[in-house]
Amino acid sequence: MSDLEIQADLGRQARARSPRRRRIGAAEALAGAFALFLITAAFAPSLVAPGDPLAIDPLSAFQPPNLAHWFGTDESGRDIFTRVSHGTGGSLVIGTLATAIGLGLGIVLGTMAGMLGRVVDFTVNRFLEVLFAFPGLLLALLVILVFGPGAQTATVAVGLATAPGYARIIRAQLISVRSAAFVEAATVLGRGRWQILVRHILPNTLAPLFVLGTLGIGQAVVWASALSYLGLGAAPPAAEWGAMLSAGRTYITSAWWMAFFPGLFIVLTAVTATSLGRALERRARHA
Amino acid sequence: MSPGTGATANRRATPGPLVSMLRVRDLAVGFGPRPGTDPVIAGISFDIAPGECLALVGESGSGKSVTARSLLGLAGDGAWLQAAELAINGSDVLDLSDAQWRRRRGRDVGLVLQDALVSLDPLRPIGREIADSLRLHTTLDRAARRARVQEVLERVGLPDGRSRVRQRSGELSGGQRQRALIASAIALDPPLLLIDEPTTALDVTVQAQILDLLESLKRHGTAILLISHDLAVVGRIADRIAVMSAGRIVEQGPAARLLASPRQEQTRRMIAAIPIDKPRGTRLASPGDRADAPATPLSPPAFHVSAPAAAAASSASPAHDLASGEVVLEAIGLVKTFRRPDGRDQLAVDGVSFRLARGTTLGLVGESGSGKTTTARLLLALSLPDSGEVRVLGRPFSAATERQRRRLRPELGAVYQDALSSFDPRLTVDAVLRDAVRGARRAARTGSAGAGTAARDRARVLELLDQVSLPRTLLTRRPLSLSGGQRQRVGIARALASEPQILVCDEPVSSLDVTVQAQVLDLLDELQRERGLSLLVISHDLGVIQHASDQVAVMLDGRIVETGATAQVFRAPRHPYTQSLLAAVPRLA
Repeated sequence: MSDLEIQADLGRQARARSPRRRRIGAAEALAGAFALFLITAAFAPSLVAPGDPLAIDPLSAFQPPNLAHWFGTDESGRDIFTRVSHGTGGSLVIGTLATAIGLGLGIVLGTMAGMLGRVVDFTVNRFLEVLFAFPGLLLALLVILVFGPGAQTATVAVGLATAPGYARIIRAQLISVRSAAFVEAATVLGRGRWQILVRHILPNTLAPLFVLGTLGIGQAVVWASALSYLGLGAAPPAAEWGAMLSAGRTYITSAWWMAFFPGLFIVLTAVTATSLGRALERRARHA
Repeated sequence: MSPGTGATANRRATPGPLVSMLRVRDLAVGFGPRPGTDPVIAGISFDIAPGECLALVGESGSGKSVTARSLLGLAGDGAWLQAAELAINGSDVLDLSDAQWRRRRGRDVGLVLQDALVSLDPLRPIGREIADSLRLHTTLDRAARRARVQEVLERVGLPDGRSRVRQRSGELSGGQRQRALIASAIALDPPLLLIDEPTTALDVTVQAQILDLLESLKRHGTAILLISHDLAVVGRIADRIAVMSAGRIVEQGPAARLLASPRQEQTRRMIAAIPIDKPRGTRLASPGDRADAPATPLSPPAFHVSAPAAAAASSASPAHDLASGEVVLEAIGLVKTFRRPDGRDQLAVDGVSFRLARGTTLGLVGESGSGKTTTARLLLALSLPDSGEVRVLGRPFSAATERQRRRLRPELGAVYQDALSSFDPRLTVDAVLRDAVRGARRAARTGSAGAGTAARDRARVLELLDQVSLPRTLLTRRPLSLSGGQRQRVGIARALASEPQILVCDEPVSSLDVTVQAQVLDLLDELQRERGLSLLVISHDLGVIQHASDQVAVMLDGRIVETGATAQVFRAPRHPYTQSLLAAVPRLA
């Protein structure tokens, strides 16, 4: 075999193998595109839908989807596409903030349980078990009962309801990382407890959480919408998906599009966040 | 591939025996898109006669396992296979379908895989595992199957068959598991057995028993293809040896001839790398082996000077003057008890005492479960003794608080068996070493953090890399992407960052190929000579201990049963356990 042939051979190998490693699936690409759309809609809704989400036009009420109104109009003649687009920001903020609250609380509780010895571990664990005994949504309802309905309360409520799950995962991860060989190696090198915690234990515990957080955002959006649907989150004139879904329910037989499109966006957002989260998880595992 | 390959292979093949149990001619296997492209093995030809054992020997990645798997029709998805001839027991198996292969595996050819722990289903009793092949391939009824299972268990040296058959793999020791696996392979009495690294994970006495078992199978007429990276093990039972390198057989011949007068460089290297019976200070790695780690501009002097100096150094060096040696690491009556799952206490370490003198190597040898690793953890104060004490440089270590210990830790480096898991998986080699260098600088309190610090740390990292003969290109890589030998070198470099006086090495080479093991042992030897390090080497491998240590301590059931100068203990062992250990060691010639 000549050198040239060998080189050609190597080239073929490289070409044949590299795409297998970095292949982006169709699902991932679609999810990425939709995420991009959501982010644009969240930060600059007028770019996506230039109209006013609250502008009333009684003459064009209850129009089915058409060229002028892609998603149709509601009982007051407001354009549903505009409202759904302008509602993206609210829903995403609620989803992200709720996840951040849940994760943050989870990190504090989980780290306490994992690092501060048996007594704290026992106490935190019993506390978490009590929280686990309630279904998440019930816990959120309890918070709203105490603090009154509203978008902010809904956010906090969803965050609180998801915290126990995160705390459990963080504690387990922390305990497995804490006894890892590389932590012992750091001890042998003469590192102090805090140095080891900050340099090795926390990063290795928290890195997998970003994936978890991405998955959590989709879940939190659904929960927040559920609360709004029940009339406990954002109030009706506001362009919030859950609230719109709730308003559309009344007309579900005559104007299906009023409930369908907000619902579709809730579902798509959850699916997008989940598939992006899964993709990140796969990457992280192979890295 | 060029047509020339086949011709060479045919010429290279030894004249086949009259009856051939396995006949392979010009076998090539690859994972390329089309047959013939990107071969991983090529031009493989050999024969095995009934009652003969051929050993396929080579380093990791040389293609031995691919060869063996292809012979069973298990080359894998997307693999292509070409051969001029591939016949088992006289019948052609080249074009068998999957279904046809299934009928033959187990009956015509048995397979024993490397890792007995994962090869046996943990949830099923071993009797059931062994009976499986009988159920699939024979018409025997239940009673006859049960009788046959007990018979083969007895043959592999697992008597008391009635209660054995109900045990699960988790209840068996490593050697017993390997036996059970062999039992399931021979249940159908296949005329040909393929055995992949049968003794790699086993203690030396168990290893000897398994080799005896294979020997008896051979006498019984079974043809055996043995795959191994260890020539010393192979030398005990193989009739012929084929040495593989880079997907080809580079040398093939009768075992005695090949071991006594190897013709090929690769074979010579592998023989030279075997540590047993090589005196202290002899280099094990051949110069050509450095491909793995090309010498960097700074290191050649050390390399060239040490090679000729080695032989002279062995008896004259001050390292061997033990009487006057200052004790740098001392264990005094260490005791450690663990609570077992069943609630009873188990003594893991039971009154272990020894002293490590400056500039010398103490070898701690014992089989699995003897308490070696627990002792290492006690020495490093990763766990604390129930009673007894560890002293470092004459100062209390285990009895001190962790804060006080931290001041002594820079003097005590550690090298681990599994280097990979001792690195933070997020960090690159550069970050691992920089962390160590920074930690060492802070501990020494030299040079406040200032303008030149980063540059000085960087220079120190490069210096450490040079000391362990690693190229700088590895800095940006993560340990996961390095070879086993490279990982162990990074581990050693990290341990050297604080310029320790003592290195504790727990099984530093047990997960490495013989030739890579030789390089790492040479490196430790060099470092000791250059910087006067005191080493504690813990190993189950008597060859490693004999080669690397001045003093040896033999551990059994948590106690040290014999200590002494290495040469003396190996020449005239006093304790019966040491005698049995030494008798079991496979040696060349």
